[in-house]
Amino acid sequence: MEDWAMTDLSSWLDKHTFHHGEFWDLLKLVKEKERKGLTISLCIPTLNEEKTIGKEIVIFKSELMDRYPLVDEIAVIDSGSTDKTREVAASFGADVYLSADILPEQGFKRGKGENLWKAIYQCKSDIICYVDADIKNIHPRFVTGLVAPLIYNDHMHYIKAFYDRPLAFSQGIRPSGGGRVTEILVRPLFSLFFPDLTALIQPLSGEYAVRRQVLHEIPFPIGYGVETSHLIDVYMKYGLAAFGQTDLDQRVHRNQSTLDLGKMSFGILQSFLSRMEAYGLVDKLPATSNIFRQFQAEGNRYQQTTREIIEEERPPMITIPAYRERFGIAEQ
Amino acid sequence: MQDEQQFSALLSQLSGYRSQLSGLRELVLANAIMLGEIPAPLFGEDKATAFIRDRFMESALEHISLDEVGNVSAVLPGSGGGGTILVAAHVDKVWDGSIDHSVTVSPELLKGPGIADNSIGVAAMVSLPEILRHLGIQLKSDLILLGTTRSMGRGDLAGLRFFVENVQRTPDCAVCVEGVQLGRLSYSSLGMVRGDIYVRTPEERDWLSYNNKGAIVALNRIIDRILAIETPRQPETSIILGSVMAGTAYNVPPTKATLRFEVRSEQRGMVARIVDRITEIIEQINAEDGVHAELSVIARRKPGGIEFSHPLVKSTRKIMERLAIKPKVAPSTSELSTFVDKGISAITLGITRGEGKHSLDECAAIEPIFYRFDPAGGCSSGNRWRIGQ
Repeated sequence: MEDWAMTDLSSWLDKHTFHHGEFWDLLKLVKEKERKGLTISLCIPTLNEEKTIGKEIVIFKSELMDRYPLVDEIAVIDSGSTDKTREVAASFGADVYLSADILPEQGFKRGKGENLWKAIYQCKSDIICYVDADIKNIHPRFVTGLVAPLIYNDHMHYIKAFYDRPLAFSQGIRPSGGGRVTEILVRPLFSLFFPDLTALIQPLSGEYAVRRQVLHEIPFPIGYGVETSHLIDVYMKYGLAAFGQTDLDQRVHRNQSTLDLGKMSFGILQSFLSRMEAYGLVDKLPATSNIFRQFQAEGNRYQQTTREIIEEERPPMITIPAYRERFGIAEQ
Repeated sequence: MQDEQQFSALLSQLSGYRSQLSGLRELVLANAIMLGEIPAPLFGEDKATAFIRDRFMESALEHISLDEVGNVSAVLPGSGGGGTILVAAHVDKVWDGSIDHSVTVSPELLKGPGIADNSIGVAAMVSLPEILRHLGIQLKSDLILLGTTRSMGRGDLAGLRFFVENVQRTPDCAVCVEGVQLGRLSYSSLGMVRGDIYVRTPEERDWLSYNNKGAIVALNRIIDRILAIETPRQPETSIILGSVMAGTAYNVPPTKATLRFEVRSEQRGMVARIVDRITEIIEQINAEDGVHAELSVIARRKPGGIEFSHPLVKSTRKIMERLAIKPKVAPSTSELSTFVDKGISAITLGITRGEGKHSLDECAAIEPIFYRFDPAGGCSSGNRWRIGQ
């Protein structure tokens, strides 16, 4: 069972893991998009991002609308920034919306997931590509790398970004994977309950492109749990085959404090448990639950490493006869 | 006559061109940002020139090439009957590749190391084919676009010199593009010599030797004597002491010191006379005590250029006038001398207003690139607009 799962995942990794460099030919990509009659919306959820939003809009508009007509609209969906985020984004030509103004009869909840959800209503295209606004080293690859697998592969529906983090390593094989919350919380949870989903190198990355027919069928936690919840729902409905992931090289963003990561983990755990409950999985541990899955990379090839971690249990010492004899304790 | 008619027709279209240009705003800015974020230290410009080459390919230019010294060039063919115009911008920056090259963007400003010198200049050059296409302008002349390497400091314009010396068809005229300042109009080149003075004093300090107080003191004596050299105010001549490097501690006199300096003058022969005088000073110091001093010249330019009344300068002034840009005429010590050497008419122009050149907070104003010249404009943090002319 374990061998089968491993082979399967390694072949999935080969066929569903991309590098943005594979899609350098934007002219070809635009032609294929037009041939298939697809439309693409780029959605950037924001809350007080005036420092980075301007650059994102300039680069995306110039490269992916003016130069290559890949993206049909750029929608900034804002949670109510108190800085100049909306003004800056609009000045460089983005369509800017206040989250609260979209579907007002549904009310307004503050959270990134809220903006992503409302984007499905506001944006018009077949594919929505979500990109966070806090990326310091923004580049067209953050969009092209995610939409290209959807344009070329009709059977894929949900493409996640992953980044090769600049971990210190000397040469050859290096450890790879996500941030602290991914490695400490999400990957252990997935290893236990959804081993297939451990094939996603960075399940929490905020950049992904998804087809509308998938997006409008899944619920959206409004806070930190949105990515985790999506993965479980899409997986339960379509299986791992619907996913792809693209290496976008480095992503430079602000670092979060351990306290913030704690809040994030709490939100993720809430969403995770609610999904487990929804699928009746809370008390069902799959057979391979003692296999923990991590990643290592060699060049541009990613491999899962599995480790059997068995947390065996010993009974209370007082139940051991030799112990009771040694300390003169009578059997209870 | 026909040319004059064409030129006045062009002048009358300028304001229309300017408003059409707003459609290319993000395209030009994106080029500046992406170029700004690619490190391009002296002798390490290859990533930036590769980016420029890719842009030339996307613009479907001809004869795209990277030459032996790393310059990147391409040709936008004209309809025929014109000559050849070269538009050049230097790609190298003063910054080492290890610093953070992030560019930040606000509605008014681009900010980041090297953004004004010379990412915006290169972006303007690289965007020219799109700009001409967008404005529906078909040139008669062939247009050579050139990103040069090895221009600054010790690079000593090696890239541009290589290109001008080896290009298969010599351009009839050239425009050098710098990010800042808008209004700059340089058409003549100062004579210039740039050099290092190294001073060495003996390792073992002899307490009895009054003169040996270390390399800083010895260099200071040289500096005193250089400052005593008389320079004429007209034609403008100056000796610039740019950098001093010596010592590491509070209480140990160093045995080595270096001074970097530049001498520039509009008058032919003046720079050579001053450098001769500096050489004498160094010989004197060497003769006087146990100090060893030497001069090494790292760059030399001849003075020269074209006249204020040259058609290239005249037309440029008229265009600037029509765009309400007040020309700021200043001789150059850099690119122009290379063209002067080859008898090619050339000018240097600035694209926008900027501040903090060669600082980590170097910034450039966005609006003057596209719309208008604001005489009170400039850039600083936030929305404040200051700096006058």
